[in-house]
Amino acid sequence: MDTFAALAHGMAVAVQPMNLLYALIGVFLGTAVGVLPGIGPALTVALLLPVTYKLDPGGSLIMFAGIYYGGMYGGSTTAILINTPGESASMATALEGNKMAKAGRGGPALATSAIGSFVAGTIATIGLAFLAPWLVDFAVRFGPEDYFALMCVAFVTVSATFGDSPIRGLTSLFIGLTLGLVGIDKLTGQARLAFGVPELLDGVEVTTLAVGLFAVGEALYVASRRHHTEEKLEPVRGSLWMTREDWKRSWKPWLRGTMFGFPIGALPAGGAEIPTFLSYSTEKRLTKHPEEFGKGAIEGVAGPEAANNASAAGTLVPLLTLGLPTSATAAMMLAGFQQYGLNPGPLLFAERPDLVWGLIASLFIANCMLLVLNLPLVGLWVRLLAIPQPWLYAGILVFATMGTIAAKPSVVELSMLAGFGVLGFLMRRFDFPIAPVVVGLILGPIAESQLRRALAISLGDPMALVQSPISATLLALALIALLAPFVLKGLGRFKATED
Amino acid sequence: MTSGDPAQPPRRVDRAGIVIAALLAGLAALLVFDARGLSSTAMYGMGPEAMPVVVASGLALLAIGNFIDALRGNLPARESADPVPVVLILIGLALLIAIIGFGGGFILATSALFVTTSAAFGRRAILVDSIIALVMSTLIYLAFDRLLTLSLPTGPLERLL
Repeated sequence: MDTFAALAHGMAVAVQPMNLLYALIGVFLGTAVGVLPGIGPALTVALLLPVTYKLDPGGSLIMFAGIYYGGMYGGSTTAILINTPGESASMATALEGNKMAKAGRGGPALATSAIGSFVAGTIATIGLAFLAPWLVDFAVRFGPEDYFALMCVAFVTVSATFGDSPIRGLTSLFIGLTLGLVGIDKLTGQARLAFGVPELLDGVEVTTLAVGLFAVGEALYVASRRHHTEEKLEPVRGSLWMTREDWKRSWKPWLRGTMFGFPIGALPAGGAEIPTFLSYSTEKRLTKHPEEFGKGAIEGVAGPEAANNASAAGTLVPLLTLGLPTSATAAMMLAGFQQYGLNPGPLLFAERPDLVWGLIASLFIANCMLLVLNLPLVGLWVRLLAIPQPWLYAGILVFATMGTIAAKPSVVELSMLAGFGVLGFLMRRFDFPIAPVVVGLILGPIAESQLRRALAISLGDPMALVQSPISATLLALALIALLAPFVLKGLGRFKATED
Repeated sequence: MTSGDPAQPPRRVDRAGIVIAALLAGLAALLVFDARGLSSTAMYGMGPEAMPVVVASGLALLAIGNFIDALRGNLPARESADPVPVVLILIGLALLIAIIGFGGGFILATSALFVTTSAAFGRRAILVDSIIALVMSTLIYLAFDRLLTLSLPTGPLERLL
């Protein structure tokens, strides 16, 4: 089979000693940064981008694979031990995991999350390897209007459909789209929204935006409400290992979580929150120990963690095959590709199979390394968590600004970083989601150029957008996804008045 | 979603929400203003000015939506915030930018940020923190400069190394 040959080739790339070393460094750094409270996988990738500047594309993408999985694992460790999920996808884990840690069962909670992530990650990566070539075959037939329609679907689902408030989600998206307009228009060479500032001609740097919004914004937010929260680190007491009973209660949630996570992650809908919460509520329903839920049930950690990891691998499907990032983390991965002038998509599979399949193979390797590395090193990660808050956030800010200083040490760029930090702070304070801004910045310019290409081919006839069956279907889907939350909200109101 | 819940106390107009709506409307106006300066050279289809206008229309609609939300008091409840640490961190960032801008170098700039942030989070041992910051940023500088061969801005301290 084709996939096997390609994957074997990818393995051959990935097991070269240097690449193994890159993967190991990636996993280690990813976990170390991801474990810091308040730092999710997206920010982990953004913060560690500068470390990979000097590597060749292959090595750097392999390191990314490690950082990606390492950051995810680090995030769940934080969620379990101090109940501060770095991202909404770890919220379900924190729910039960922190209770387990409080009850002195932190070890088994960490173990089931690590092994569950490994199982889910491996199955989902196999899924990715088999689904990707098939989707690539399909995507080759996409015209520019189809790509534009696909991006509309992603815009809507990422911002409106699954958030708390479609209006606030769309507002975030449009802020991102506005930022995406800044700079020289690629087709005509005219500057937009640059206001005569030369640094703005290149457009807004994705890493500057992400680090500003996530790292600086988070630090400002936590500082502003320091008087509210008292974070408590739960020590890991007792055995690290899972008992036979724990295993028996964990393996089915792992598999079910994977079944939720991978397909939903692979859809261009984005977000790991839905599968993790689906998995959590399913495990709550199916468990034989319903009395333990809310007090530290191991199923409630095993399922959501597996779902989270599986959906992370799932989001790589649209990212690698269509160039479509559907989560903030995937958007950062895309930024990583773009720094080498690589554009993920069907073409990349054809032109640089070594790179794509090397990356996929590295996901397997990173997964195995995590399992081997993390359980024995859990003591080290716990010590990282115990860094006093003032030093922790001071260090995070130094690290965050360092990336920008290394890439573009200009006053304008650093001021933008600070400005985005303030924006991130205000968005957190007023409860606007942040991922849509990053997705809007990355996808906005791509969507615009696809749209303009489509209209140029059709000689300016906008009907071309709905004449292709693929794009007509996708645009209809986008419209439904846009209207659904408003309609459902209306229905909900009906119900409320009936009661 | 808490909308339509009759048990809630009567909601007040949210001033911050009005400001947000006004800012969005202002951003939309800025986009249109900027797009007017662009010349459309596209023979067929869209020129460079089309997309800003589309985005501006979206922003204008969202400004209205946010305005209605604010009038209804639909914004989620906010906890009180302490402005002092936020201002301290922003001072730290301003110091960092100024030091880099005037050629003070990486080590001094990041140390200033470290100390102010640490103070914002409640530490008062400025001398100890300064020493920690200087040692840490020197190590980072050396790691980047020697190991990754990435050039960071140099100032008086970096030239001594």
